[in-house]
Amino acid sequence: MDKQQIQHIRADFPILAEKIYNKDLIYFDNAATTQKPRCVVEKIEEGYYHLNANIHRGVHYLSQKATEAHEAARTIVAEFLHAGKREEIIFTRGTTEAINLVATSFGEAFCKKDDEVIVSVLEHHSNIVPWQMLCERKGLKLQVIPMNEHGELDIDTFKSLLNERTRIVSIAHVSNVLGTINPVKEIIRLAHEKNIPVLVDGAQAVPHIAVNVVELDADFYVFSGHKIYGPTGIGALYGKERWLNAIPPYQGGGEMIATVTFEKTTYNELPFKFEAGTPDYIGSTALAEAIRYVQNIGLENIANHEHELLTYCTQRLYEIDGMRIFGTATEKSSVISFLVGNIHPYDIGMLLDKLGIAVRTGHHCAQPLIDSLGIPGTVRASFAFYNTKEEIDVFIEALKRVVIMLS
Amino acid sequence: MTINELQDNIIEEFSMFDDWMDKYALLIDLGNSLEPLDEKYKKPQNIIEGCQSRVWLNAELNNGVVTFQGESDAVLVKGIVSLLIQVLSGHTPDEILNTELYFIDKIGLKEHLSPTRSNGLVAMVKQMKMFALAYKSVNS
Repeated sequence: MDKQQIQHIRADFPILAEKIYNKDLIYFDNAATTQKPRCVVEKIEEGYYHLNANIHRGVHYLSQKATEAHEAARTIVAEFLHAGKREEIIFTRGTTEAINLVATSFGEAFCKKDDEVIVSVLEHHSNIVPWQMLCERKGLKLQVIPMNEHGELDIDTFKSLLNERTRIVSIAHVSNVLGTINPVKEIIRLAHEKNIPVLVDGAQAVPHIAVNVVELDADFYVFSGHKIYGPTGIGALYGKERWLNAIPPYQGGGEMIATVTFEKTTYNELPFKFEAGTPDYIGSTALAEAIRYVQNIGLENIANHEHELLTYCTQRLYEIDGMRIFGTATEKSSVISFLVGNIHPYDIGMLLDKLGIAVRTGHHCAQPLIDSLGIPGTVRASFAFYNTKEEIDVFIEALKRVVIMLS
Repeated sequence: MTINELQDNIIEEFSMFDDWMDKYALLIDLGNSLEPLDEKYKKPQNIIEGCQSRVWLNAELNNGVVTFQGESDAVLVKGIVSLLIQVLSGHTPDEILNTELYFIDKIGLKEHLSPTRSNGLVAMVKQMKMFALAYKSVNS
């Protein structure tokens, strides 16, 4: 994408023109959440002003329209992930809820004492804690795939962890701290050789990489809307139909039932079985709009631009004495975690903030990973397609100034 | 000097700077010149775990007044620890308990103490008051 195209895109994101402490905002915290284009916000407004009625129940016009919009959004998500059937898409509040759903319902149906669940050392807490809770509830054991010094998973150890007690493997597609793009296709293939299903946490992947769940052969694939320029509080779970049929509902309530009597309730069919209560139909339509926006720019264009930013920023960061970059995988997404000498990440983050630059500092909700690196945390800069090399130049100069202050 | 006089001194010192970066430079200086906490006090029960930076705090009661020592792994936090010690150390438990810490707000560092900034400082102020409360019962 050329400069003009980027400027054109930036104009779609009003927040990027904000001043922070009288300085131009430089937003490099996209791995935490992305900013929203005008069309997504307008979709939310349009939803509440012109489309708002509870779905699936009403016979009236608006209810019909809202239902159609929600279901059209499901189709868009299904096509985006290249799912075989739209019924395989369950709307959730986000990645966290989707993983909790699978850990609870799959755990209920298929896990028993002394079984094992495999995760990796670079998981976000949301892909650790739900499984730990399952382990506590039913007496399972959590197994952890280690990584090498570049932040790449140790596949040989993974192979040795797979055994007849392994019930499920749950793995991030892209690390939120190191940016490592994990070889999920190979991981799935290896697990499937032993008939073990795999959940892929795609929160950090879908904004950057074209995902095809059928080609990956993923059993479950989850992501959050807000990380792909959509609203907060909406995300999706893709699950193979046979798995979603084989596991019990997660929550009970309206929408998810077929018939209810006090003696016996029967459950609705997919996908409604997993969408108890009034779904976020405004959120789902806005998420669909965000996906359309991303697809218009094109994931390949996005990946190319972000890769350029990643390469340029990495190269410029090394101009600074004492630069320590964590995560140097060959396959890497546009996330850079770093420290400068022994300066505490919090100090760097606080001072960069004063210069209008938003980065994240700390353990990034991946404490086991940070502990394994033996550091207190990192400063993390993460890019989106609306970021520019000029912003990186300002960031580098600011960082140099901050490092001098703190040295 | 009373606690409030000490607070007013700090407010005056910070009021000399208009620019944010200068205020932060002063805070960094304060942090760097804070006497390091003796290793023997860096025990787990003295750690105040923040989400991003760690703070250690030790307190002793001598001749009816509480003396505080503290440290943090982040220098900006250490700067604020230094300010809190300057203000509260060397006073009686009652004086500490009855103090309203207004200087942090006045010098524009409130963001460091807001509950949404998880750097252990809110917990630190609370812990200093808890020490005072505990020593108050020793005194009486």
